[in-house]
Amino acid sequence: MKMKALSKNTKSNLITYGMVILAYVVMEILTRAGMVSSLLQGLLVPLCTYVILAVSLNLVVGISGELSLGHAGFMCVGAFASAFFSNYTKEAITVSGLRFFLALLIGAAVAALFGFLIGIPVLRLRGDYLAIVTLAFGEIIKNVINVIFLGHDSKGFHISFKDAFSMNMEPDGEVLINGPQGITGTPHDSSFLIGIILILITLFIVINMVNSRTGRAIMAIRDNRIAAESVGIHITKYKLLAFTVSASLAGVAGVLYAHNLSTLAAQPKNFGYNMSIMILVFVVLGGIGNIRGSIIAAVVLTLLPELLRSLNDYRMLMYAIVLIATMIFTSSPGGQAFRERYSLKVLFGQKKQEKEAE
Amino acid sequence: MALLEVKELGISFGGLRAVDDFHMTIEQGELYGLIGPNGAGKTTVFNLLTGVYKPTDGYILLDGENITGKKTIEINQHGIARTFQNIRLFNELTVKDNVKVGLHNHHTYSTLTGILRLPKYYKVEKEMDERAMELLKVFDLDGEADYKASNLPYGKQRKLEIARALATDPKLLLLDEPAAGMNPQETQELMNTIRFVRDEFHMTILLIEHDMKLVSGICEKLTVLNFGQILTEGETSEVLNDPKVITAYLGE
Amino acid sequence: MMGFISYLVNGISLGSVYALIALGYTMVYGIAKMLNFAHGDVIMIGGFVTFTAVSGMGLPPILGVLISVAVCTVLGMVIERIAYKPLRGASKLAVLITAIGVSYFLQNIALLIYGSNTKSFTSVVAIEPLSLADGAIILSGETIVTILACIVIMIALTSFIKYSKSGRAMLAVSEDSGAAQLMGVNVNATIALTFAIGSALAAIAGVLLCSSYPALTPYTGAMPGIKAFVAAVFGGIGSIPGAFIGGILLGVIEILGKAYISSQLADAIVFAVLIIVLLVKPTGLLGKQIQEKV
Repeated sequence: MKMKALSKNTKSNLITYGMVILAYVVMEILTRAGMVSSLLQGLLVPLCTYVILAVSLNLVVGISGELSLGHAGFMCVGAFASAFFSNYTKEAITVSGLRFFLALLIGAAVAALFGFLIGIPVLRLRGDYLAIVTLAFGEIIKNVINVIFLGHDSKGFHISFKDAFSMNMEPDGEVLINGPQGITGTPHDSSFLIGIILILITLFIVINMVNSRTGRAIMAIRDNRIAAESVGIHITKYKLLAFTVSASLAGVAGVLYAHNLSTLAAQPKNFGYNMSIMILVFVVLGGIGNIRGSIIAAVVLTLLPELLRSLNDYRMLMYAIVLIATMIFTSSPGGQAFRERYSLKVLFGQKKQEKEAE
Repeated sequence: MALLEVKELGISFGGLRAVDDFHMTIEQGELYGLIGPNGAGKTTVFNLLTGVYKPTDGYILLDGENITGKKTIEINQHGIARTFQNIRLFNELTVKDNVKVGLHNHHTYSTLTGILRLPKYYKVEKEMDERAMELLKVFDLDGEADYKASNLPYGKQRKLEIARALATDPKLLLLDEPAAGMNPQETQELMNTIRFVRDEFHMTILLIEHDMKLVSGICEKLTVLNFGQILTEGETSEVLNDPKVITAYLGE
Repeated sequence: MMGFISYLVNGISLGSVYALIALGYTMVYGIAKMLNFAHGDVIMIGGFVTFTAVSGMGLPPILGVLISVAVCTVLGMVIERIAYKPLRGASKLAVLITAIGVSYFLQNIALLIYGSNTKSFTSVVAIEPLSLADGAIILSGETIVTILACIVIMIALTSFIKYSKSGRAMLAVSEDSGAAQLMGVNVNATIALTFAIGSALAAIAGVLLCSSYPALTPYTGAMPGIKAFVAAVFGGIGSIPGAFIGGILLGVIEILGKAYISSQLADAIVFAVLIIVLLVKPTGLLGKQIQEKV
């Protein structure tokens, strides 16, 4: 019984890794065969970004049980910190692999730092209050980045919160962060393969963490905070740990995102609360706490609007309807009863097996 | 030296004196009962002992160490573990994992070791699995080790809570109405289990209970609480025959 | 000094709009325990309906406003019936995501009908600007009407909840819906009524907002919606006076921040103040402290 349960868990995780690798192989073959539209090819790296974001948000929402609406803020921090680094060292480090690796570490570290600092006050709050404060932090990050002007000349770095002109740079100076225009000319170091590798690393970290002493403590706090305290679990420590790791991985997604674009600007569309909400939708639709579900939901829901492209103006409307209908179908008491009665398993007469498994 | 020594313990909520001048001495290995009518302040005493509330007066010594005003986590690490009146399990975790959470501070490895799956991870996890199964066996829960905790029947959930508390390797175990909601047969089983835990683990146990059959059957000493104050205390048989106690329960 | 006073009045005016929207948020939260993310988009619909009635069909402004209120009231109830009612008893997150779906839906319906171009909204207020202190302070008609409307609505709503049977039913449901049901309160009808009132207020807020800031797009409601949500939390979500105070304060902070600190950072300032308030008072200015019993 014990061994069986263990292997079942491991098997499920292996399927998750396998699924990602398989997706890569299939896409690679199709691309080589020229069967992938350029539109879809352009979507591959963003898709990897979304998957990493969804998996990392699941660590907070699903495993730690806190509703965070500011995930895009951490992505934003990671993106800007790493793009700034890559831009600045473009000439100094010519090996793109090494440069990207360093950028990755920087993006992850800066996002982790923000996660840690923001987590300390935020995690004292509960439920909806926590949600609104994370949203607020996300918006503040986006807002503040839009007023940063940072440049470099022979005298060193110059910074201003007003405009590029008031940095008082020498004529040879180069503007690295240009306020609302953001960062331009970031080396194009991301690729689909790198995206897939980063997804696998993210999965490795999240899955192994969840299935360890640390993960159990985090889930125990989620299930019953008072009981967890009574058996000596340090509440703040583990909540903060989950939040920080999640933020750091969102930073990794930001690095991937930033190095796929020549211009990086913090807009409501990519780093605002809308983005945070979109990632939350992936997590909830994929099944809260279900890592594999997050991946599938991120991929399907990103591709869905593209597949519905023929519907033109109606596609986002369709998306909204699908979203509402799915939630009612999967989460409402009525929908659940319906599913139980007409589930595939029942239709194929496998109800008995299910009973036994219980 | 007594294992637990409480003197002049008191707490006020606003103007309300919930517990006043409470004292208690429990020797190592004793099975001690805290009884009293509803609202007498029994659970409040537990909450004071476990650091959920900070006492306004008095002190608590555990094994000679002053633990007054310490946090719940610290008190658990000093050696007090408890169960709750309204069951508090980690519902989404398996039965075994519930106990493994209890083992958290005794079998350790770092988060990084867990993520990187270093050899220590496998070694410690194996120790935890073995210890957890041992504890579950005591409560006859080993067959349900992989069930979700919330799927257990009520009586077994109460037992799992005790197993989880024991996993923290306490010196003193506090049980808050362990027999609540159990039928006579389940209560009888529970009494045997509590006795077994005391003998097998050399445990000192303080319990709150309304079931007089359980109280008179296993408790050696009793303290009776009424309106936040001690009504009487002493050997079980003497206390239960005290007219004051009968009046407190049944009224004049 | 005069500058400060006129900024302050403008802030109160904007805050009045936030307060009206926040009332809808807070009432729905108090009674259905859900964050109705689509609430901001009802404002936008309110704006568009008035726009169509007045600029498109040439109806008198007051009639346009009434039509808008009627449409939004019905809309609010329909949304509740179709999208939220089936999810009663479901997880909070599921309801939140559904509300987000409704928000997308409303935005895209508006996008289909009106397109993405900005519509210029004609103000429904025909009052001459008021000039004070020899013209040093000029209050626009919109500002005056917005503040007055907010005060009147606040008083009306408070008395409705305090004195009417339905209002007291709302209080009972927000306190404990199970107990209210056992006492014979029709919980479903009460929730529907709450959505109706909230949406009607949103329509009024939409018209007032668009009269002061005339650019109307399908996304007009989103940011004021979020800000009003912040205002509701700021004042203590679930508390009606809290929504009012939170809304006004937020409007004032935003306008003063824009005027004296930085126009680009105004939103960041608003959010920063919210964070500080919540760290000091974790359930908002007037929110109830909830302690879990062990």
